[in-house]
Amino acid sequence: MATQSTNIKVLLAKLGLDGHDRGIKVIARAMRDAGMEVVYMGMRVTPDQVAQTALQEDVDVVGISILSGAHMRLISRLTKALQELDIADDTILMVGGTIPEDDVEPLEKMGVRGVFPVGSFTTSMTEFIFQNVSRGRSAPQL
Amino acid sequence: MTDGMKEQPKRSLSGLKVKPVYTPDDLANTDFARDVGQPGEFPFTRGPYPNMYLGRLWTRRQIAGFGTAQATNERYRFLLDHGQNGISTDFDHPTLTGYDSDHELAEGEVGRLGVAIDSVRDMDDLFLDIPLDQVSVSLTINHPAIVLMGMFLSVSEQRGVDWGKLRGTVQNDSLKEFHGQKTFALGPGPSLKLTTDIVEFCTNHVPNWYTISISGYHIRESGSDAVQELAFTIAQGMAYVESALERGLPVDSFAPRLSFFFGCHNDVFEEVAKYRAARRMWARIMKDRYKASKPESMRLRFHTQTLGSTLMRQDPQNNIARGTLQALAAVLGGTQSLHVSGYDEAFDIPSEEAMRMSLATQLILSHESGVTNTVDPLAGSYFVESMTNDIEEAAWQYIGKIEAMGSGVYPMKSGILSAIDSSYIELEIARSAYEYQLCMERGEQVVVGLNRYQSEGTQKLELFQFDPEEEEWQKGRLIETRGGRSPAEVKSALSSLKQAARDDKNLMPPVLEAVGALATEGEILDTMRDVYGEYVDPGVF
Repeated sequence: MATQSTNIKVLLAKLGLDGHDRGIKVIARAMRDAGMEVVYMGMRVTPDQVAQTALQEDVDVVGISILSGAHMRLISRLTKALQELDIADDTILMVGGTIPEDDVEPLEKMGVRGVFPVGSFTTSMTEFIFQNVSRGRSAPQL
Repeated sequence: MTDGMKEQPKRSLSGLKVKPVYTPDDLANTDFARDVGQPGEFPFTRGPYPNMYLGRLWTRRQIAGFGTAQATNERYRFLLDHGQNGISTDFDHPTLTGYDSDHELAEGEVGRLGVAIDSVRDMDDLFLDIPLDQVSVSLTINHPAIVLMGMFLSVSEQRGVDWGKLRGTVQNDSLKEFHGQKTFALGPGPSLKLTTDIVEFCTNHVPNWYTISISGYHIRESGSDAVQELAFTIAQGMAYVESALERGLPVDSFAPRLSFFFGCHNDVFEEVAKYRAARRMWARIMKDRYKASKPESMRLRFHTQTLGSTLMRQDPQNNIARGTLQALAAVLGGTQSLHVSGYDEAFDIPSEEAMRMSLATQLILSHESGVTNTVDPLAGSYFVESMTNDIEEAAWQYIGKIEAMGSGVYPMKSGILSAIDSSYIELEIARSAYEYQLCMERGEQVVVGLNRYQSEGTQKLELFQFDPEEEEWQKGRLIETRGGRSPAEVKSALSSLKQAARDDKNLMPPVLEAVGALATEGEILDTMRDVYGEYVDPGVF
């Protein structure tokens, strides 16, 4: 049921040592099937590596999955790294995993645009991306 | 297609066909004596022991670990006081992946999802006032298993406990780390070598220890279906047997000390069939293929953990009902020990209240439900026996594929290694995980509270409270350990270890020397990574 290409490019990664990668691989397939270009960096990458890759690959969205409980520390380092490379404003940052309700607002204050706790549907994430990615490249002009 | 009114055949959670009614005709090709037999007798379909729970109830073994060794030690003593009779350790991610608590990648994860262990001093704290010759201990560790096992042996020795009296298990299932759990450190070949080192060492020196807990649980949590869980677990078990045979160990010397670990999902009869099929397959494989002669080498014994991935954030109390059904299936399937996952695990590691509920679930099943009054109560059910046959047949297809990827005298060993190299197993599991997710999202698979029968409002749970100060405390302790040892002794122990690795010797003796010299887990693993290289996630989906 893959839709046609959307020109949206997404970078997915797992930060830290967390090994729970079932969810992010499901999401990677769902985004691919929704017509997005998906770059999956795999596990055990650092916030700096994510920011560097986001810059090099010129992605619209960065999606991070953390089920280790280390999200507050790691996401704060990632948002700083994105700011240092001056790409924080035009990169939509999404975070998923075992994120307690009380951490959602602090994450949003750090610059996270969408928080998707475990149990979220992939369609809620793809719809979120379609609604939030603008810069005129989501629909190819004919 | 011709009859639009006809109902669609039902399918089990893993897609096996389920008929509306089963009759003796469904078992026309089943010979009861040959294929089912008696409990405690080959092919052990009905259970490893003749009297099963009439002789001894399953071991209630709730896994626990968080923060520092002292904090976890307190939880162990709480669980032992509340009806638990075995200890199962959960290590944090830095420990599981072989990094010290002050490594860059460890930031924020020290003691977070398990207990932090950096040196033998922490292992000593973990088991403070717990008699190691009386309580059975399960060390849930894989690629660095040789290091943690070495620390445990070292602590036992210091306390004057004879290694022959130690009872317990080390998970030591290195192969599943490449597609389940994912706490790898080294590549498939070197990690299989270390697994086999432990098998060899314990066979000779720690005779009552279970040397590998061959694990389907993590494969299932990664999204596989029951058929894949069964097939990949058995295939990995065969690879371990072949690796030990290649080492020159006689099959009956080590096979009785292999155990298994499965998950339990929601489809009660499919799960029961999975456990029964696993026992029959393993018995025949060990007897016919690997020429085992002791019954202990053929009978499969297993631990069960109800699956965390079935637990929902929505209406978390519903998870108590899920845990009860899954635990029932595990008991009807003849498990030897059980962990019921905490109902709050979709939020965080379980609270004490949730663990108390999990233990109560086990006690109610044991003492109130009556299911333990007779052995293998579902034997002879036309449906359950048919399902057992079907799941076995489907699993053999996968095992055949993996065997075809290998070659030589030990094709399952080489087959698994190439199936890992090509990411075949990982991609098969990822496909199942995606299909299951789509079924839930489309509402084809009902999940109460998630996609049907949602309730208004949310319940607020009292969750586990993690103390972030513990990471700093642990780092301080690590620095103190490094400061209080002889650098020359550490250096010499690590260089003997490196030489032994290069010479392809059994690494347990040099690891024992290194942990005795207070070398840290990270230092020992770094030495191994120097020789063998570090495994990097291929990032496939």
